Parts: sequence; structure tokens; C-alpha cells
Amino acid sequence: MTDDFQDLELQLLMDAVKARYGYEFAHYARASMMRRIRKHMEAAKTDRISDLIPLFIHNKAAFAHFVKDMSVTVTEMFRDPDFFQALRKSIVPLLKTFPFIKIWHAGCATGQEAYSMAIMLDEENLLERCQIYATDFNENSLKIARSGIYPDADLALYQENYSKSGGCKSLDQYCSRGYDSIKFNGRLTEHITFANHNLVSDGVFGEMNLILCRNVLIYFNNELQDRVLKLLIDSLRSRGILCLGRRENIRFSEAAGLLETVDRHQRIFRKKA
Amino acid sequence: MPVPAVSMVERLVVIGASAGGFSALQTIFSGLGTDFDFPILVCKHLGIGDEKGLVDVLASRTGTTVMLSQDKLPMYNGCIYMAPGNYHLQVESRDTISLSIDERICHSRPAVDVLFESAADVFKDQVTAVVLTGANSDGAAGVEAIKNSGGKVVVQSLDSAEVKIMPKAAIETGCVDEILDLEDIAAYLRRS
Repeated sequence: MTDDFQDLELQLLMDAVKARYGYEFAHYARASMMRRIRKHMEAAKTDRISDLIPLFIHNKAAFAHFVKDMSVTVTEMFRDPDFFQALRKSIVPLLKTFPFIKIWHAGCATGQEAYSMAIMLDEENLLERCQIYATDFNENSLKIARSGIYPDADLALYQENYSKSGGCKSLDQYCSRGYDSIKFNGRLTEHITFANHNLVSDGVFGEMNLILCRNVLIYFNNELQDRVLKLLIDSLRSRGILCLGRRENIRFSEAAGLLETVDRHQRIFRKKA
Repeated sequence: MPVPAVSMVERLVVIGASAGGFSALQTIFSGLGTDFDFPILVCKHLGIGDEKGLVDVLASRTGTTVMLSQDKLPMYNGCIYMAPGNYHLQVESRDTISLSIDERICHSRPAVDVLFESAADVFKDQVTAVVLTGANSDGAAGVEAIKNSGGKVVVQSLDSAEVKIMPKAAIETGCVDEILDLEDIAAYLRRS
């Protein structure tokens, strides 16, 4: 076993990846990172982390696969229905007081939650006044997000989540079906801009009324969590709303002092004035 | 909730359970008392929604300090951390737990394999893994990881398991140190 040098090897691999491709993974949370690295070690049939260095440096496709793995693509429409219910109940009334509303969905993966948001805003007669920016650093995910096309087989789950979140219609109304797929209407897409943005290396994203960044920070270590949390807060206008994942924890972050709690259970916060 | 004394985590216990796991966990926690000198991380498969109730009932019936895990929570001796629904629970470092929403393993999130593999990675030979009743083969890969890093593996005896599939899958890996009746597991954990 090469256990004694595991930390050193990990650090060298991250340095190599940064020097070769510019991707910064050094401050990702260790346990999730190790899962991915072990998987790539298995595929490369090696039990040394450092053996991945020559592989990633010389084989662009192998590294591209690793990058794809590093960005989490697990998402669904109206994921955590009670969160969307809370959003509809306590945040939408706030949004209604603005003539124009900017929403940033950071780490949108394949985009299902951005479409969920657009549907909810439409039902609240707010969509016309809204611009949703949905970003991710995984181009493959963004391609799917932009297409608005998802497997028809997922619709039952999406419908169930939507209904639990307080939706009263059929999601059929918002999409067309065919070829075992659903495709969301252009009317929703019109208000969503999908763009590439890397929370680790890119900067502030303009003055948002509402930011959703759910289950992204869990993949970062404390230092990076703090940095990204500050970036999110800097991207909010005064009194803007920030929504995190339901088991995320900002108690140990310096930036937490810049926020006040709106809904403790659903992890909804407001930037202090 | 009693506030535990803060001391270095020297060793760790991780437990995997599925169907029938609630009453099995209750038996073990009751047997442990309140002064055990290691943290316990538990992955129990569950539907979303009942997790808070599960934690509260386990805490009140057994007198132990049981918490629902949050990301990057510090880990203390004498405390029990339950995996929340729809997240994997992991050992992040020697004194921190973490969560992820990675793909399901054996249709499960949380998955026992994810917990065990991360525990083996950080605690090496200072971890004891326990596989309890369950109707799923999740945990078998994790048991191998624990064994390969020098840790100990305990499995609930098939006779005492409400559902035998999970302990059976663990035993079949050949990586098991002890097969114990449910009633004897707490005493074993306190001793070892």
C-alpha cells in the first residue's frame, strides 16, 4: 500500500492538473474527491494516486472524464419539494415588490431546477419580470440544460415533486413530449440564460435579488466554502436572498455574519443591509 | 442534550443498517450507555421525512447523544451521527464529517459503502465497522475497504438479524472478523 504518501500524492496530482489545465481542485472536500480518484485509479488499474499524474497530463480525454466526474450532475425538478414550497410562500411575495428580478442559480448542473424556478415564477405571474442566470462549469451539463430536453421516464418523479411543492397543474403544460423525451417550452427558456461559470476561479456575478446554490458548497473544504460563500454574498444586492442545500452548514464560516436567517430548516438566508 | 468532553478522536465506529435497522440500532445504543470514548457514524437507509423522528426517538429511548448529520460538522467522542435522507455521510478528516449528493449506490443514498470507504481512508486500522440487518447488499464493498486498511469488521449473526441479506452479503466477502448476536455487539464495541 502507498498510504504513507497519500496526502503528498494527492497534492502533487492537484498541482499537476492546475499547471497543465488551469483547473483548481486543491480545495475540494477530501472525502468526495477521494471517491472520484479511487474510481479513476480502478479504471487505470493502479493503486497509486501519483500514477494518475502522467495519465492526466498526457491524455486529455482521461482528464476531461475526471473533470466531468468532479462536477456533480445529480439533480431533479423541484428537488426537496418543501424547499420550493417555502420559496413560493415566503420569498415570492418579497420578489413581487421589485420591478425587475435577477436570479442566479449557481451550480445548475443539467438545469432542472432552473426550469422548476421558471415554472414557479410563471404561476406567480412573475416570469415576465425575471431573468434567471443558471451557471455551471461542466459544459456537458450546460449543453443538456440549454436544450431543455430530459428523459420522459423522469416526468413522473418531477410531477410528484412539483405537486408536493404546491404546484396545482400538470407539468405537461410546460413541455412537449415525444421520442421518449420531454422538451420545455420556449416561453420558459426565454427567461433563462445558461452560462459557464466556475465558482472556484471566476468572480462576482452581478447584483442578484435571489441566489440558489444548493449542494455545491458540500464539495468544498472549509477554506473554499468560505471564499465561495463570500462571492455569493457579494453577488447579492442589499437584502437579497441566498438559498443553500438543506444539510449545508455555514455556522463555521466567517462570512455567515453577513447573513441573517429567513428559514432555518430550508437554509434560506438574507443579506444584511 | 449532554455536551461531550472534547478530546481527540482515537478510533471510530461506523454502522450500516437497512430494513429492521431501527430496533437493532436501539438495542446497540442502549447497550453502549453514554460514556463510550469514540464517535459513531450511522448509515441507515430511510425514506425522506422520517429522519428527524428517527433521531429524536433513538435519543430519547436510549439516552445517547444522537444527531442528524450536517455537512462539515465536527465529530466528538461519545456522539452518534446519523446520515440524513438523500445525502451520503462520509468521514472528511479525523475530526470532521461531510455529506455528498453523489449517485446512489445499490439504489441507496445514504449508502453504507460510501461511509465505510471514507472511514477506512481516514482511520485505517482504527475503525470498527458493523453491518446490521438489511434487505440490500450495500455495505459489502465497504467491508472490503475496511479490511484492506486494517480495520475490524463485525456482522450481526444471521440468526439475530430481522432481514439477512445485508449481513449475509458482508459475510460472503470473507472480510469479517466477528459474527455476533445483536445483544453482544454493544459490549464488543466497548471492549475493543
